[in-house]
Amino acid sequence: MLKYILKRFLIMLVTLWVIISLTFILMVSIPGSPFNSDQSSNETIRANLEAHYNLDQPYHIQYFLYLKSIATFDFGPSIKQPNQSVNDLLSRGFPISFELGILTIIVAVISGIILGILAALRHNGVIDYLAMGIAVLGISIPNFILATLLIQQVAVTWGLLPTATWSSPAHMILPIAALATGPMAIIARLTRSTMLEVLTQDYIKMAKAKGLSPWKIVFKHALRNALMPVITIMGTLLAGILTGTFVIEQIFAIPGMGKYFVESINQRDYPVIMGTTVFYSAFLIIMLFLVDIAYGIIDPRIKFHRKGGE
Amino acid sequence: MEKILEVTNLQVTFTTYGGTVKAVRGVDFHLNKGETLAIVGESGCGKSVTSNAIMRLIPNPPGKITAGSIVFKGKDLAKYSEKRMRSIRGVDISMIFQDPMTALNPTLTIGTQLMEGLISHHGVSSKEAKKKAIEMMDLVGISNPEERLKQYPHQFSGGMRQRIVIAIALICEPDLLIADEPTTALDVTIQAQILELFEKIQAATGVSIILITHDLGVVAKIADRIAVMYAGKIIETGTKREIFYKPQHPYTQGLLNSVPRLDLKGEKLIPIDGTPPDLFSPPAGCPFTARCPFAMEVCDKVYPASKELTESHQVNCWLQDERAKQLLTAVPLSK
Repeated sequence: MLKYILKRFLIMLVTLWVIISLTFILMVSIPGSPFNSDQSSNETIRANLEAHYNLDQPYHIQYFLYLKSIATFDFGPSIKQPNQSVNDLLSRGFPISFELGILTIIVAVISGIILGILAALRHNGVIDYLAMGIAVLGISIPNFILATLLIQQVAVTWGLLPTATWSSPAHMILPIAALATGPMAIIARLTRSTMLEVLTQDYIKMAKAKGLSPWKIVFKHALRNALMPVITIMGTLLAGILTGTFVIEQIFAIPGMGKYFVESINQRDYPVIMGTTVFYSAFLIIMLFLVDIAYGIIDPRIKFHRKGGE
Repeated sequence: MEKILEVTNLQVTFTTYGGTVKAVRGVDFHLNKGETLAIVGESGCGKSVTSNAIMRLIPNPPGKITAGSIVFKGKDLAKYSEKRMRSIRGVDISMIFQDPMTALNPTLTIGTQLMEGLISHHGVSSKEAKKKAIEMMDLVGISNPEERLKQYPHQFSGGMRQRIVIAIALICEPDLLIADEPTTALDVTIQAQILELFEKIQAATGVSIILITHDLGVVAKIADRIAVMYAGKIIETGTKREIFYKPQHPYTQGLLNSVPRLDLKGEKLIPIDGTPPDLFSPPAGCPFTARCPFAMEVCDKVYPASKELTESHQVNCWLQDERAKQLLTAVPLSK
């Protein structure tokens, strides 16, 4: 197990390095510079600024300087937001984005699994059709449409919940609902179909023959096996939720990381672009790694330390 | 002898898109305490449906027990509620499934799967349950049980898994064990070991066994009595001797003729021509008529009544009728 984690860690580092390099190449190949919009600045100021941020160096020197600073977890200063380092922006924005993302995942997973189980247990019944109807709607409506619809209907017309920002639990309901519906629908459909398959397995019949209660059969015997595909797609869903937070944060004016990320690209704020990209990538890679670990915990047939084997 | 189970006129149907399948069409048999009854027949004749019906494990819908009684220790299980049935399953009646590779849950340890029935039915402590589980593992011949309880099904071979399935079935000390093709998925050497295990367990616990199989070799080894099933009906029952040495129904005879025998070298096996009837619309008369070399006109029209040849031997065949016997002596039949 330890050996596996170590190996995975090395692979994660390599992945991260590839992402950093690609982002760097993309960044320097977009035309423009952070100082383009500053009409007032003359040539001298501009040259001084570029020297200050090492932008006058050749690309390969910039690249190595950047790698060096990342290795020390220092993402450098923001060019566009004076007196603020990228680390400052991250430490301010990330907790909010993280809160939004984690709550969304929790809501999506729990409601998706419950909906899927209900649909499977009442296969071809009213609940099944209702749950799958909701799921199809959830998959087909993009989260930004859902977000604006929710704001319009729930917040403006009915006045039940606040329209925007992130200051109290009541403020969190709409953004989370908008962001979680899509993943929830996918999880519900997947849970339903694997659950239906698992319920026909011999070991479920065996559990029935033991005289166990339906509750025990579903949660102890069936669900664990039905969850495997759900865990598999968790990686993709995480990435979806991550990028979804950018949009949702914009719509609900949530002061998370997404705001800086989008702004930094428009303004060619190189350190912020790099910083947020590296941070998001590292986060996603770690999450995917946790998903793989969860795999081994749920299914004992997956072993990390042994090569080959059964 | 005391009857532990008596099934009378059991009928099971399945409603499908194509129509209603009459899978079991009025089955009668009984099981004495401590004996092994084998139900034999070809695939699709209703053996497994019968055994599932006793456990009330027919999925409803599409399946339904439409008539009959299943009297177990004086009580009719066919009338039991699902909740009440749960207290019977695993405790008084246990079941062993065909394929040990799929009958165990891959994500739970052997120990958990062994002990959960005991814990949920008898409410024993997990320490006591573990002691009992180790005892059962010993009984079914798994060495180093304490260690192996912590392992998962994929760490066991097929034969070992079937031993575990048997241990699970027996842990609550049931009075009746239904084994649905317990050796079909195993290779021949393991088959023999498992059959010996059944004999050993029956000697040790006195459990009554219903053995569902299409393998007459298995039957010859461990059955006391045999019921031959065809197209949803039991057509002949008797002791092992009566069925093997004096088979009366042409189907039973055909079944025995199609088994390879070591003592008949060089002779060809005689298969039974044709296929069983469609159970969407089973024939009114004897279902074997179309394949029977001795078929008469009456066979197709009217189902023959059960005829008692000895106290233990019953057969449903028109050839047993006195009028048919006169005919047979007049016209000698070719093989």
